[in-house]
Amino acid sequence: MAKSVHPAIPKLEPLVGPVAATQAHGETTIAVPADRIRNAALLLRDDSELDYSQLADLTAVDRLDLDEQPRFLIVYHLLSHRRRERLRLHVPLPDDDPAIASVVAVWPTADWFEREVYDLFGIRFVGHPNLRRIILSDDWEGHPLRKDYPIGIEDVAFTHTVGRIQPQQVDLP
Amino acid sequence: MTLERSTRDDTLILNVGPQHPSTHGVLRIVLELDGETIVRAEPVIGYLHTGFEKEYERRTYLQAVTLTDRMDYLSTLINNLGYALAVEKLFDLEVPPRARVLRVLLAELTRINSHLVWLGTTALELGAMSVFLYCMRERELIMDLNEMISGARMMTSYIRPGGLTMDIPEGFIGKVEEFLRLMPCRIQEYEDLLRDNELWIERNRGIGVLPAETALALGVTGPILRASGVAWDLRKAMPYSGYEEYDFDICVQTDADCYARYRVRVDEMRESLKIIRQALDRLPDGPVVTDDRKVAPPPRHELALSMEALIHHFKLFTEGMKPPAGEVYAAVESPRGELGFYVVSDGSGKPYRIHVRAPSFANLQVLAAIAPGHLVADLIAITASLDPVMGDVDR
Repeated sequence: MAKSVHPAIPKLEPLVGPVAATQAHGETTIAVPADRIRNAALLLRDDSELDYSQLADLTAVDRLDLDEQPRFLIVYHLLSHRRRERLRLHVPLPDDDPAIASVVAVWPTADWFEREVYDLFGIRFVGHPNLRRIILSDDWEGHPLRKDYPIGIEDVAFTHTVGRIQPQQVDLP
Repeated sequence: MTLERSTRDDTLILNVGPQHPSTHGVLRIVLELDGETIVRAEPVIGYLHTGFEKEYERRTYLQAVTLTDRMDYLSTLINNLGYALAVEKLFDLEVPPRARVLRVLLAELTRINSHLVWLGTTALELGAMSVFLYCMRERELIMDLNEMISGARMMTSYIRPGGLTMDIPEGFIGKVEEFLRLMPCRIQEYEDLLRDNELWIERNRGIGVLPAETALALGVTGPILRASGVAWDLRKAMPYSGYEEYDFDICVQTDADCYARYRVRVDEMRESLKIIRQALDRLPDGPVVTDDRKVAPPPRHELALSMEALIHHFKLFTEGMKPPAGEVYAAVESPRGELGFYVVSDGSGKPYRIHVRAPSFANLQVLAAIAPGHLVADLIAITASLDPVMGDVDR
């Protein structure tokens, strides 16, 4: 099968250096380095041939259990209404104090999506106008969607039988 | 918190919700008021957060189906469908034609269900109680249909990766036919009550105007976007499950206010009826589950005869289906807009990560943009017109 080059790649390369693109399940994914995301976002939105006017989704993946480096991946799903086409951007981020430039100025919808990633993954979005927790309460500790955040360690809020219940041997007939 | 502080010294901070009869669920809105006029409106969300996305990671792909409909409890079957399409995309799997048609039929019933609840509750919040009772009456018919196919009235979990749970029961088609006969005049009834009702128009016309550019920039989708004059509907623009074979129109309005959103949703109910009619007419016979034994279990009668079938059955229910490693994004047009499932597989029996692009989450952001300048009473109309389902917002 002939591999067709995605139209965004020749336009992105002078700006962000060599980009890696993959095709799978009819979807195109382009990897962009973290320090170039603002430039790449502006180009993808404003170029009349690309025209990714809407940011459909922004999220992150913690690749801790996949043994892939670097640990975090910010995932952008862009949508071009005119061309009826989607594009996925991957931005890898290291484990140590992960931070990336905010794209709120490019796609205002990113506001809540970036706050959600900040809240649940602990990734900072530099330049975000209002980077606070959005889903969890302000005094929450930790970031639950990280893979090393355990499920079920929270103490039960109340119990009146603590220390009184002893396991007993039961004789079955 | 800065949220509770006024930006001016002559304004008042008023907290609405999270427990409030007309905030469409546990939504909190912090208002800054100048007299009766809203200066700033900040939605505060998270009160219904249940950690669905974390929970997905410890379920098998089949168990995860039950989480999808609990997020948006008004569009259960469409949520099932979005998830099923994403997992099928990972497998590069096609479902049998009968399942495809039934999925469309059920999705449109769900859309009517959701719009009915929207119309009823919105009318109730604006003081038109009878509309609510009428809408609930017809919604009951759809709930009965849900119960027929899945045994549950709300949490259906009926559409699964690979097809449907089982075939539709006897008498289902007849019930749907009956519903189709009944519904046009019932929709007319709501319209008679509201469309030219002076109070309804007064409360909705020119309220919460959302220009198309703002809507697009803020990631708004669904009926709200179409009420702002953008003819964008995933069923037409990026068809899935065979929507391209159906004849229906995208409902668009240009006034961009609450009234336009009302018009779009009522018109969409009529379009959904058209689609259901066509689905009934073309419903083919045949299986409703794929015969790919790596995805769906073999039929019961094979278990007694085939060792291989028994192994497949055992593997599927102990380890679950195992899609090849990779990632996909599948989006469907839910009653609230683009519902996207981003699924990452590591090749094991449990999803490595599932992120849900919830339409209500993105849509609710515009509240802060369109509420200022309106009276406090209009906030109720504006919030209602955005149709947020808080389970969908907070996940």
